Amino acid sequence: MQQTVDIESIIDHYPGVQESMVFILQDIQEAFGYISLENMQAACDHVGVPLTHAYSMATFYKSFRLEPVGEHEIHVCLGTACHLKGGPRIVDELERRLNVHAGATTEDMRYTLETVNCLGACALAPVVVVDKEYVPKVTAKKIQKTLKTITDNE
Amino acid sequence: MGIANLAEKIDAKRLESSDDLVQLRREIQMRQDPNQVQIVVCHGTGCLVSGSPAVTRAFKKVLGETDIEAKVMPGVKTTGCQGFCSRGPLVTIMPQGIFYERVSPKDVEDIVEQTVKNGKPVERLLYKDVNTGEPLQTMDEIPFYNLQTRNVLKNIGTIDPTDIYDYIAVGGYQALAKALTTMTPEQVLEEVEKSGIRGRGGAGFPAGRKWRGAVQAKERKNQPLYVVVNGDEGDPGAFMDGSVMEGDPHAVLEGLILGAYAMGSEKGYMYVRAEYPLAIQHLEMAMAAARELGLLGDNILNTGFCFDAQINRGAGAFVCGESTALFTSIEGKAGEPRPKYVRSVEEGLWGCPTVLNNVETWANIPKIIDKGAEWYASIGSPNNTGTKVFSLVGKVNNVGLVEVPLGTSLSTIIEDIGGGIPGGGEFKAVQTGGPSGGCIPYKHKDAPVDYDSLTKLGSMMGSGGMIVMDKRDCVVDVARYFLKFLEEESCGKCNPCRLGLTRMREILDDFSKGCGSEQDIEDLMSLATSIQDGALCALGTSAPNPVLTTLHFFKDEYLAHIKDQKCPAGVCKDLITYSIDPDACTGCGACAKQCPNNAITGEKKEPHTIDTDACIRCGICEETCKFNAVLVS
Amino acid sequence: MLKFRINDIDVEAEPGWTVLETAREYGIEIPTLCFHEAVQASGACRLCMVELREGDWTKLVASCVYPAKDGLNVYTESERITNVRRWIFEMLLSECPASQEIRDMAAKYGVTSTRFAIKDPEQDCIMCGLCTRVCAEVVGVHAIATQSRGVYKRIGSPFMKPNEACVACGSCVSVCPTGAMARRIDLVRGKMEENQTNAA
Repeated sequence: MQQTVDIESIIDHYPGVQESMVFILQDIQEAFGYISLENMQAACDHVGVPLTHAYSMATFYKSFRLEPVGEHEIHVCLGTACHLKGGPRIVDELERRLNVHAGATTEDMRYTLETVNCLGACALAPVVVVDKEYVPKVTAKKIQKTLKTITDNE
Repeated sequence: MGIANLAEKIDAKRLESSDDLVQLRREIQMRQDPNQVQIVVCHGTGCLVSGSPAVTRAFKKVLGETDIEAKVMPGVKTTGCQGFCSRGPLVTIMPQGIFYERVSPKDVEDIVEQTVKNGKPVERLLYKDVNTGEPLQTMDEIPFYNLQTRNVLKNIGTIDPTDIYDYIAVGGYQALAKALTTMTPEQVLEEVEKSGIRGRGGAGFPAGRKWRGAVQAKERKNQPLYVVVNGDEGDPGAFMDGSVMEGDPHAVLEGLILGAYAMGSEKGYMYVRAEYPLAIQHLEMAMAAARELGLLGDNILNTGFCFDAQINRGAGAFVCGESTALFTSIEGKAGEPRPKYVRSVEEGLWGCPTVLNNVETWANIPKIIDKGAEWYASIGSPNNTGTKVFSLVGKVNNVGLVEVPLGTSLSTIIEDIGGGIPGGGEFKAVQTGGPSGGCIPYKHKDAPVDYDSLTKLGSMMGSGGMIVMDKRDCVVDVARYFLKFLEEESCGKCNPCRLGLTRMREILDDFSKGCGSEQDIEDLMSLATSIQDGALCALGTSAPNPVLTTLHFFKDEYLAHIKDQKCPAGVCKDLITYSIDPDACTGCGACAKQCPNNAITGEKKEPHTIDTDACIRCGICEETCKFNAVLVS
Repeated sequence: MLKFRINDIDVEAEPGWTVLETAREYGIEIPTLCFHEAVQASGACRLCMVELREGDWTKLVASCVYPAKDGLNVYTESERITNVRRWIFEMLLSECPASQEIRDMAAKYGVTSTRFAIKDPEQDCIMCGLCTRVCAEVVGVHAIATQSRGVYKRIGSPFMKPNEACVACGSCVSVCPTGAMARRIDLVRGKMEENQTNAA
């Protein structure tokens, strides 16, 4: 996560109207990896809405986070095709290996494990995305290899 | 990129008339040599994931190093999803149209040597006919393609979606020029009405009637009218709209501009799911290119017509596919649906008349205007005109995108085009309409796939997801899966949906553990009906469909769970046991190595055994075993 | 005036009225939980469902948001309505078992037990959202709002910390149909004692 972007430049990019709120929150999320209270307040001040408004939105939409994510993000697709072809098994396996629940980050802040609804790569089910790289037709064995590659690269 | 280079050669100036467009198209076409060798690599999501970028890189590298005595240097062109996703990465060599499947970078040299230089196919990479094993050379020979009617998908897989010239070369923006210079807005609207096209996003409301209603509301209320693309394709297991936006973004944009002209709108929105970054990128490029050529923005083609559009990226909420929730989201709020007793054509975005159509609907509009309503209405069946794109996934051999006339039977789609299920035999059921749809069993395989027939079977068309299930898929598990999905996606505004979906899922949880009675089934149905009747928006009212259709068609399977404590499909963890077939087991030890709970033991090269008490039924052994020695009962 | 029928009785409504308003004008009872005259109707609790009939065609709608129209044929009791109410009450009984108000209201409509397991015996908030609407629409301070979505939905101030925007007017407490807000107000305005210490 590049922390170099400053919040002002994100906010000033959009007009101060309510319509801009989703765009601003998305850009904050993208730049900082999560939305802090301070940044959320800054967005609200710019757009001219109460804090409750942004907080409702940030907790309503799944792509926003209120806490920092781990160094590595693992998304397991649980679209229907992935479900039928063993996606849940992969989630179980990752939960066991990383000792973390889906939707949470490991204590050492190394991994965030998430499930997603459908990535549209149904022909290659089950699919896992590790740090934005797609891993097609995942098996328990393949996911271990992928995890090992992460560790080896460090 | 074959034509992208032309962008530099052709002066990208604003088009001031429809003649300018014709002129530009001629110029592009003249520079395209039909005999030119071209390498077309599919960069749809499926192929990207299976490694097509590496293939493209390999081609560029090898071609860069090769001195070819062809007339023109061959170009490498990347396209959107060609549809045959299970066979990717896909590569087609033009002009012969030789079609290669599962191409890897190491095949590239052979393709260049044999096909590009000498025009001969590389036999090992050709598609082999499933029945005869005979290699087939071109797309047209492959049943998966030649049984389809590719209308919306026609350009996808042939044009470079990032290049507006490529779109113009195949007749792009011709319909817009025709409408703006030879038709009145009323005539465009009438043409759409006459075509009979019904919304491709769900319930199938006639698009023309929707447009008409909005125009009337606009005149009566004297308010601006907005046109909106619903690209929030959230049904799990469906990727048609994503592929259309990725592969032919200009078609969606042209359709939207035509709609704006017909209805007198000056502002449009494209609401696209955040999970489709490539679609967003391609739409952005399309809009920028169209603006530059004067096809979008002020004074389009110098006709005085002004219209502009913007992209709104979804933020991860399935419910935003629902019209009122989508509008609240564009307005910058949490996407909760509003009670919909006043239609959105009257009160949509900011309370103004709004026409929201799905991606595929908009992409059809240029074709209707270009070829005429009669042509469109001649496809499909009465009251269900035109073609529909389906994403065929699950337990089917040819996973991919399929476009057929409405009214085509389920068996044609699944068995003929889809090539049946892996291992052969009958499919068990097919789920249409995503989480709002239902499971249709094999016995209805001859049912025509159109809006009305699917509704009669208790399912719905939805946006076109088609998930094929075989005997190893449990209907209780599938119904539970969809409920769990909707439970996570419910906005929580109304009680029936917020509380009811969880309670239904809990009853199914019990069933999957072998607990429950026939009274529970009665209660489940009664609760389901109350949600259908009581929920606020379509997410809730349609949520019970998967449960109700599976109960209707597969009641025996439910009873097997609760009366015999058996899951006939071998899916529900609490009702199954894993064992090893001593005759099939080679003692390779692969399963024991993978077992997370060390429940498998045995001597090397001797049949292994599973300790049922230690087994956590994760299924990894079954997945690992290459000899089908792991049995589920 | 708009003319239509409720339970086979001829009624008249001012333009802009809803079916619920009209029914109440005529003393016809329709249960509600999330409705209050002071704020905009949200159509969330679904207890006010009524049935529209036209020949063989029938449809259930939320009367609190359904506009009165000429020629409507509305019924406030039917098998389908009873079924919707029954399940909502059964679910609320298990979801907010601590609320006497819900128990009384359910009993009035014949629901005295629930088939569902109780999750939190202390819970009394029914998530109707009246408190948040009063805070936003009437008081205008937006100190509380609904957060998250679906089954995780809850009501409170941002980051669950006392919110400076709260003016401690108590409107949310007085509008709450179950008294749940009275037990939560400290989470929004901060503890009274602490506020006083801070002020001093």
